[in-house]
Amino acid sequence: MDKSIDAVVAELCGMLQQYNKEGIELTAETDLGSELNIDSVEVMDLIMEIEDKFDIDIPINLVSDIERIGDLAKLVCQRMEGR
Amino acid sequence: MDIFDKYALASGRHDRVLEVGSDPFNLRMEEIYSATEALVNGRRTILVGTNNYLGITFDPACTDAAIDAIRRYGTGTTGSRIANGTYAAHLALEEALSRFLGRRSTMVFPTGYQANLGILAGLAGASDTVFLDADSHASIYDGCRLSGATLVRFRHNDPKDLDKRLTRLGAQGGCKLIVVEGIYSILGDRAPLAEFAEVKRKHGAYLLVDEAHSLGVLGAHGRGLAEEQGVEDDADFVVGTFSKSLGAVGGFGASNHPKFDVLRFCSRPYMFTASSSPSNVASVLAAVRRMAEQPELRLRLWDNARALHDGFSGLGLEVISPESPVIAIRMKDEETAIHAWNRLLENGVYVNLALPPGTPNGACLLRCSVSAAHTRDQIGEIIARFATVAAELNQRSREPLAARATP
Repeated sequence: MDKSIDAVVAELCGMLQQYNKEGIELTAETDLGSELNIDSVEVMDLIMEIEDKFDIDIPINLVSDIERIGDLAKLVCQRMEGR
Repeated sequence: MDIFDKYALASGRHDRVLEVGSDPFNLRMEEIYSATEALVNGRRTILVGTNNYLGITFDPACTDAAIDAIRRYGTGTTGSRIANGTYAAHLALEEALSRFLGRRSTMVFPTGYQANLGILAGLAGASDTVFLDADSHASIYDGCRLSGATLVRFRHNDPKDLDKRLTRLGAQGGCKLIVVEGIYSILGDRAPLAEFAEVKRKHGAYLLVDEAHSLGVLGAHGRGLAEEQGVEDDADFVVGTFSKSLGAVGGFGASNHPKFDVLRFCSRPYMFTASSSPSNVASVLAAVRRMAEQPELRLRLWDNARALHDGFSGLGLEVISPESPVIAIRMKDEETAIHAWNRLLENGVYVNLALPPGTPNGACLLRCSVSAAHTRDQIGEIIARFATVAAELNQRSREPLAARATP
């Protein structure tokens, strides 16, 4: 049984702490660009980490639609189902 | 709402760069004296950031060929390769490159950027998967995006990581194309190509090597990293540029695949752009001959690269490149990098300023590229001027920020 979306959000928030320079509260609603200030290359590096952690592929073509942590969690769950 | 609002962050950052001094991204070369010297901001300046590896931009064989071609064939072709833009010279250059590279067929493009766009978008389709090195050049990313293929990024220079990602995909994902570079443009490091070739064979994938910075630089004949590592047969496709070792502008894709030439009428970036001007093609053809006939240029390039690398290391600078014609020096932060770049320019040395996100791991770098045309005196002078600026930086890092005069 794959993880629930809430569990994935919690894991992603943990992984994102390294980018959280201002120590804001991270939730499913947090915007990666405007709130966490993650640049395009950092997002792609983060994707590689997520791929390894959840043992899935996330083609970078799918990443441009991602704005908030919740969007990313939804994508992770989709990729786990399709595994 | 303004259509440029989306660039507010980038504009703000650029404004802060301008507060420090010259604009590193809009520098004016007022006069070009030679492959290694120019007039910049009214000052005679040694160029150490031009990728002019073999230093043949003023080689009389190349300039004469260009002048002759412009008189005989005119200033431009005014047409694409598939219409009126294929002159005998374009075909002669493609044949010369095929001979030099030992490949069945070569296609030339008006720029190196377009070569990657045309070859990648031509090779990969929407049902295929491209595996690209995380540190790939922007033209590779853009070519991959244009192809519509599924894009999987693997960790830089890490064949095991590539193997893992290929294994994870399994039999799905259509044809698999692996893309790596010979020498990486920012750090000057090389792909472990023999190991990548093994992974490629194991998974039945295709391998494309971009030799933009390694053509004329690596290998016993200057054919690049694949030649140096003895895996040319595994490199199914080679891409390269004319704007570095060959001293002009343009690019190429080459292959032994018997169906490669289908790209001439299926690759949109090849078909829908005007072909290179006759003078440009003529100078590149002369430069290919120079590269083949004068291996001493490559030896001189490497002598200079080692001398500069040793000199920088001796100054205590944080050189993060291996011995290579590309030498990257890490600065502690963006502000220091911009300041150092300006001070070098004011001391008559031009290098490249490389900042995130254009650099790996968020590094702020001074990027140097060495030329065979640098004299020993110039190499000494470059090191001496870096020493002056490095001493200033040391002094500066001891001052409290508040006491710092506007640079």
